[in-house]
Amino acid sequence: MEASLARAEAPESAPDPTAATEAATLEVPPELVAQSLGEWFRAWTTRIRSGDSGVLPVILGLILITIVFQAISPHHVFLSADNLVNLFQQSAVFMVLAMAEIFALLLGEIDLSIGYAAGVGGAIAVQLVQPTTTRWPWWGAIIAALLGCALIGAIQGSLITRLRLSSLIVTLAGLLILNGVMLFVLGLGPFSGYPSLAGANPNLQFLYQLMWGTIDPTVSWVGMAVIVTALACFLWLGDNRRRQSGLVAPPVSLTLLKIVLIAVVAIVVVAICNINRAAFGTLEGVPWVIPIVLVVFGVWTVLLQRTRFGRYVYAIGGNPEAARRAGVDLAAIRTWCFVFCSLTAGVGGLLYASYLGGMSNNVNGGQLVLYAVAAAVIAGTSLFGGRGKVLHGLLGGLVIGGIYNGMYLLGLDVKPQFIVTGLVLLVAITIDALSRRGATSGSAARV
Amino acid sequence: MEGVAEVVSESRVAAEPLLKARGLGKHFGPVQALYDVDVDLYAGQVTALCGDNGAGKSVLTKCIAGIYQIDQGQFFWEDHPVHVRSPRDAARLGIETVYQDLALADNLDIVQNMFLGRERLNNGFLNEDDMERSAARTLSSLRVTTVRSIRQPVASLSGGQRQSVAVAKAVMWNSKLVMLDEPTAALGVVQTRMVLDLARRLRDRGLAVMVISHNLNDVFEVADRIAVLYLGRLVVQDRASAFDRQSVVDYMTTGASSRTVQRSDADGGKPGQG
Ligand SMILES: Nc1ncnc2c1ncn2[C@@H]1O[C@H](COP(=O)(O)OP(=O)(O)O)[C@@H](O)[C@H]1O
Ligand SMILES: [Mg+2]
Repeated sequence: MEASLARAEAPESAPDPTAATEAATLEVPPELVAQSLGEWFRAWTTRIRSGDSGVLPVILGLILITIVFQAISPHHVFLSADNLVNLFQQSAVFMVLAMAEIFALLLGEIDLSIGYAAGVGGAIAVQLVQPTTTRWPWWGAIIAALLGCALIGAIQGSLITRLRLSSLIVTLAGLLILNGVMLFVLGLGPFSGYPSLAGANPNLQFLYQLMWGTIDPTVSWVGMAVIVTALACFLWLGDNRRRQSGLVAPPVSLTLLKIVLIAVVAIVVVAICNINRAAFGTLEGVPWVIPIVLVVFGVWTVLLQRTRFGRYVYAIGGNPEAARRAGVDLAAIRTWCFVFCSLTAGVGGLLYASYLGGMSNNVNGGQLVLYAVAAAVIAGTSLFGGRGKVLHGLLGGLVIGGIYNGMYLLGLDVKPQFIVTGLVLLVAITIDALSRRGATSGSAARV
Repeated sequence: MEGVAEVVSESRVAAEPLLKARGLGKHFGPVQALYDVDVDLYAGQVTALCGDNGAGKSVLTKCIAGIYQIDQGQFFWEDHPVHVRSPRDAARLGIETVYQDLALADNLDIVQNMFLGRERLNNGFLNEDDMERSAARTLSSLRVTTVRSIRQPVASLSGGQRQSVAVAKAVMWNSKLVMLDEPTAALGVVQTRMVLDLARRLRDRGLAVMVISHNLNDVFEVADRIAVLYLGRLVVQDRASAFDRQSVVDYMTTGASSRTVQRSDADGGKPGQG
């Protein structure tokens, strides 16, 4: 950062190529040049001191939230198995909505309608499975809800890309329209706006279990072991192949460290979930919602990191003109991003309906979308496009869920919760804007 | 792709131009940016396109690159009439451009930028290993060795390094014509040398190279041929030896020159007509 600022002041005075190379080293991701773990760690600390910190702040934020709420929550229940599982379930909706929002943010756009798109999706599914009215099977209801959400994205995306309207305005209108649509859908049938998922009907049950169903503890362990082993093999073989063919690759120790980290997190999560958390009887096992969220995370990560589509999304976010000159069909990629954004919001809506055990007139989609944006930005996704990862949705969603959960434990109502979450969002976007200003003043000098 | 590594040794200088443009016209609303421009670009030669600010150099480049569509005129590629309506059309012919406003995405790394729009796939997924190897090979064949890692984001490169990446990107694709729009405008002395050396190396491989510059030191250092645009008209094009500094300055500033350096029309050069 310092180096690039220096260059900004003296754009023409960099004839010494070694100076430029030295300046560049500061900004090179450490894993690219380090040969050993020690070297990697030193490069990493340099990078953090120079202002580019990756996911470190959000991890520190999570630790801080944990310490504070553990200390001040009544009977120190924050870290109890019961509450942690509850926390995962509350966070799941924020995580999925944040992962949805990332599709818009990566383009440098925003989608303010996803809260109510989720509401519409949830409402459609809950209404369709009602045994007294439409009696759809659960799978039909889910497909209809997701298709409906995808259609919402396609319409908004087309307006934004084909007619070149501002995404902020289009989706702000969308927020209002979809709020109305959600209320309209909820008003159908004899449920006076509150269709419920309570009851023994298998289709109602299926939707209810999305959030509240649990996987048998033994199956949880085995499934976890299989997934972690597969991931470990994938990481290890990939990095190894690259190391052996002389391509840019992290040191062996770092690959191992990553694998160990993944395994530890997975084991801790499964262990917590497998503790019996019922006051009477048994309630144990990993809730279904965790693998559901992980599938969304995995699919979107592969799409954005390993496919041509994903590469173009980042290119458009970084420099749309460069993408255009490279022959990328900007309108198509942008429209698809809005489709995926609303579609993912639909998944969030299904989980939210399941969490609420039905759907209600009171669903606040405006608040949900702000939480989603806050989650993504807190974890390091930029509002200016081109920078961000699906992983940020998971981590940021956990932060928002943590604040929400902690304040609930303290018996606080929504007033301080709104204020605190809003402040967190404000801090995150301030940091985002400042770090971008630093970066552009540097690159302006370079061009 | 690997074609760039082989030096084309047979007669570097072709008799016929690789690209002939005839009667090009381009306007933006009321602004006529190009009038009836005829220009020839030869394989194995560096053609310098000179002109004052606003003369239409970038517009001409973008017309050839398919970014803008011409209103009038015709292109001939290896003597066949062709249409260039999009960057894809130009790329198909083997035309690559390094734009004045660098077309690199800052947030992508060097490999990702070099392959942007032409990613290699393996079962539908990006084949990063293959792309990284090819990018490394191209960079080292152009002797671009100052970058620390080809996986670093372009945002972290110096101006000269970025320019080198942009040039390397342009020559990865068996390109036959490479156009560089003011490649040295923002560079220091060492970095300028680096880029001009690159242009010469491309020429030595038998590529047609067009360099836009209004720095006459650069022009006389690399150019085999010089063409001058004045207010949207191509006023002269000929061998570099047919010009001296003063005559180029005259053409650039007034569209004509009274000075005559030893003339040579042998290669079909079009003497001043402004
Ligand atoms: N996209 C555009 N829209 C309108 N006018 C343009 C556009 N691009 C270039 N021009 C005009 O065309 C003329 C030539 O510009 P340009 O080719 O950029 O000049 P230069 O020779 O300095 O590169 C200028 O008058 C410029 O204002
Ligand atoms: Mg120009």
